[in-house]
Amino acid sequence: MSSTWSRTVSRRTLCLLAAGGLALSLTSCGDGESTPAGGKVKITVTGQPPTSQPFERSVFDADVKEFEASHPNIQIEPHEGFMDPKTFSAKLAGGQLEDVYYVYFTDPAQIIARHQAADITEAAKSVPHVNDLKPELLDNFRDAGGKLYGLPTMNYTMGLLYSRPLFQKAGLDPDKPPQTWDEVREAAKKISALGNGVVGYADYSKNNQGGWHMTGWLYSMGGDIARKDGDKWVADFANEKGKQALQYLHDMRWTDNSMGAKQLLEAQDVQRMMGAGQLGMYMAAPDNVPVLVKQFNGKYEDYGIAGMPGGQGTLLGGEGYMLNPKASPEKIKAGLEWIQWKYLNPDRFEKHIRQYADGKQPVGLPAEPTPDIWTGAVREQQLTLKAKYANVPAKNFQSYVDTTSKIKGSIEPPDAQQIYAALDSVMQAVLTDQNANLDQQLSSAASKVNSVLAQVK
Amino acid sequence: MSSPRSSSLLAWPAAKPSRAGRPAVSPEERRRTRLKRKLKENLTAYGLLCAALVVFALFSWYPIVRGVLLSFQQVDFVNAPTWVGFGNFTRLFEDPLFGVAWRNTLLFTGLALVFGFAVPFLTAVLLNELRHAKAFFRLAVYLPVMLPPVVTALMWKWFYDPGPGLFNSALGAAGLPGGQWLDSSTTAMLSLVFVSTWANMGSTTLIYLAALGTIPGELYEAAELDGAGLWKRLRHVTFPQTRFVLLVLLLLQIVATMQVFTEPYVMTGGGPDDSTVTVLLLLYRYAFVYNDFGSASAMSLLLFVALGVFSAWYVRLTRKADQS
Repeated sequence: MSSTWSRTVSRRTLCLLAAGGLALSLTSCGDGESTPAGGKVKITVTGQPPTSQPFERSVFDADVKEFEASHPNIQIEPHEGFMDPKTFSAKLAGGQLEDVYYVYFTDPAQIIARHQAADITEAAKSVPHVNDLKPELLDNFRDAGGKLYGLPTMNYTMGLLYSRPLFQKAGLDPDKPPQTWDEVREAAKKISALGNGVVGYADYSKNNQGGWHMTGWLYSMGGDIARKDGDKWVADFANEKGKQALQYLHDMRWTDNSMGAKQLLEAQDVQRMMGAGQLGMYMAAPDNVPVLVKQFNGKYEDYGIAGMPGGQGTLLGGEGYMLNPKASPEKIKAGLEWIQWKYLNPDRFEKHIRQYADGKQPVGLPAEPTPDIWTGAVREQQLTLKAKYANVPAKNFQSYVDTTSKIKGSIEPPDAQQIYAALDSVMQAVLTDQNANLDQQLSSAASKVNSVLAQVK
Repeated sequence: MSSPRSSSLLAWPAAKPSRAGRPAVSPEERRRTRLKRKLKENLTAYGLLCAALVVFALFSWYPIVRGVLLSFQQVDFVNAPTWVGFGNFTRLFEDPLFGVAWRNTLLFTGLALVFGFAVPFLTAVLLNELRHAKAFFRLAVYLPVMLPPVVTALMWKWFYDPGPGLFNSALGAAGLPGGQWLDSSTTAMLSLVFVSTWANMGSTTLIYLAALGTIPGELYEAAELDGAGLWKRLRHVTFPQTRFVLLVLLLLQIVATMQVFTEPYVMTGGGPDDSTVTVLLLLYRYAFVYNDFGSASAMSLLLFVALGVFSAWYVRLTRKADQS
C-alpha cells in the first residue's frame, strides 16, 4: 500500500513539476507579439527617468511624443529605470527584456560574449553621425571580430571633484586645484587639519566601487589593470605602478591621517560627506555635481572639478544602449532610429540644451545635457552651444576640460565588474590595515583577476 | 497434529457468507468502495492540498530541480543551455575566494554558536528565574526580532562607525580608545556575529523559555531539598529536561548561520580584505554580479549537499545517543 502511495505521489509530483516547467516555459516565450505587416512597429525602451526626477521625466516623455509624431510608423513604450544587473538575466529569460535596453560600459563585453545583444553592425551603418562618435567608445560595444552590438550615448572621464569652500578655509586656492598626486596629498593634509571631522580625501572600497577607483588610480599613474598576452588577457597591476598607487593611498590614510577613520565607503557615503561639507576631495566624474547640488541643497559655485591628478591617463566610463537579440529586424531598425533621434542627434542639441536652461537645470558642466561623446565638428558645435547657454560657473570645471582633452583615456577592463570585486579587497586592505603588505595584496589580487580573465572570450 | 484453532488459522480464509441473499462482495471491491467514500469525505481537503502542492511545485520544487540542472549547464537565456559537466564546479574550485568563503562561513557559524547558542539559553534561564516583571523582560528581549534585518544591519553599522559611531563615542567619553570594529579584518567577523546574535536571540530565547516552562517544578524542589545549588540544578535538572529542544535548536542554528548573507552584504560587502565573504555572498556575486548562474547554482548545490549531509549525520548521532 505504501509503495503504491509513494508511486502515485512521485508520479503526481513529476506531473506537477512538468506542468510547472511547462507553465514557466510558456511564460518565457518572449513577448509573443509580432509586428503586423504595414502597421506600426511597437518597441519597448528603457531609460525613462523615475517620477522622483520630475524634470528629466518630463523631458523624456515629451521626447517620446515628439518622436512618435515625426515617426508615425513607430510606437514607443517607455519603461522606467536603467540597468539593474540583478534582474537583467531574469528579464531576458522571462521574455521581459526591453527591445532597447540601457547598459553601463562595464557590461557590454559580457553581454556580447553571452549572445545577449543583437548584432547591429550592418544596421548601424545607416545611423547618421555614427562616425562622429569617439571611436574608443564605439569599441566598447564591439566583439573581438569587430562586430557592433550597441551605441554609446553618455561618457564620463574621471577627474578630481573638490569643495571650493573647504579649499578656501584651508588656505588653498580653489582656482588652482591639485594637478599631481603629491599636490593632492598636501591639500588633503591641510583640509583635514581643519578638524571637526573634516576629511581631506576619501575613496571607495566596497561593492566593486573600490576596484573601479583603483583602476582609476592605476590609469592616472600610467599603469594598467589587464593587458593582452597573445590571445589571452592577463592581470597587469602587480608591479611598481600598482604599488605606487597603493602607497599613496596608504600614506594618506595612515601617515597623514587625511582620509578619516571610517572606511568601506561607497559612492553614496562619499557624496553624503561632500554634500555635508565634511570632505575636501574625491575621485569623480562631473555627473556627480548635479547629484550633490540636488540631493544636498548645495550650490554649483561650491564645487569644482580638476583633471585626473598624475596626468598620465584617466578612466573612461559611460553608458549606452543595446538591442534585444530576440527582437525582430523591424524592431531593431526602429530601436536604432529611437537611439539616434533621442541621444545621438546634433540637430537637436540646441533644443535640448534650451530645455535644460529653461528648466533651471545646469548647463555648462562637462556632462548633461549633451555628453562628451563626440569628435570633430560635432564636438565643436556642442561646445559652442553649451557655452552660449551656460548657467553654471564654467571656470570651476575648466581645469578638468583642459586636462581631459590632453591625457590618455582608457576604457574599463574586460569583465570589469568581476575584476572590480577582486580589487575591492586590495583597497580595503590598504585603507583598513596599517601593516598591509602591498606586494602580497597585489599578487594575491592578480591571481584572482587572472582567474576572472581566463573566462574572457 | 495441529489443533483445530491453529488449522483454521492456517487455512485460506473462506469468504464470509453473504447477508440476506445479497450477492457476495469481493474484498477488492470493498476496498474500492471504502476508498471512494474516503475520497468523497476528504474532497475539500485534497482540493486545498493540491492547490498548495501546485504552488510548492511552481515556486519551490521546480526552482530546486532547475537549480540542480543549472549546476551542470552554461546558460545565456538566449540560446539553449549547454551541458558543461563539472565545469562550473571546476571554476568554483579554481576561484581563490571559494576556500576563503567556506572558511569565513564556518568561522561565522562557530562564533555564532558560541554566542548565539549560549547567550539566549542563559537569558532564558535568568528570565525563568524572575518573579516580577517577567512579561516586560520577555518583550524587551523579543523586540529586536521585530526589526527588519536590513534596518538592524544599518543601525549597527552606525553603532560600529569608527568616527562618530555609538560605541567609539561611548568609549571616548569614558577615556578609552575606540575600536575599528567593521574596518579591521581581525574584528569584522566577530562584529557581524554580535549583530546576528542580537537580532535573533529573541526568538531562540522564547523557545528555550517554553522548554524551561515544561520542566516540572517538583524536580527543582527535590533538587533544592537535596541541597543542589544553581549550577547543580542546571546540570542535573535543566539540561537533561531541555536536551531535546537544545539539540533541535543547535541543528537549526547551524543550518541557518551557514546561510548568513544580510549582515555581510549590508555592513561590509565582504570586506575588509575578504574577511567577511561568506558562501552565500559569493554565490550572490556569481549570480548577480558575474551573471554566471551555472556556477552560482553549483555553489548552492554544494551548500545544499553539505548541509544535507551534516543534518543526516546529526540526526543519526542524536538518535544513537537517545538509544544509548
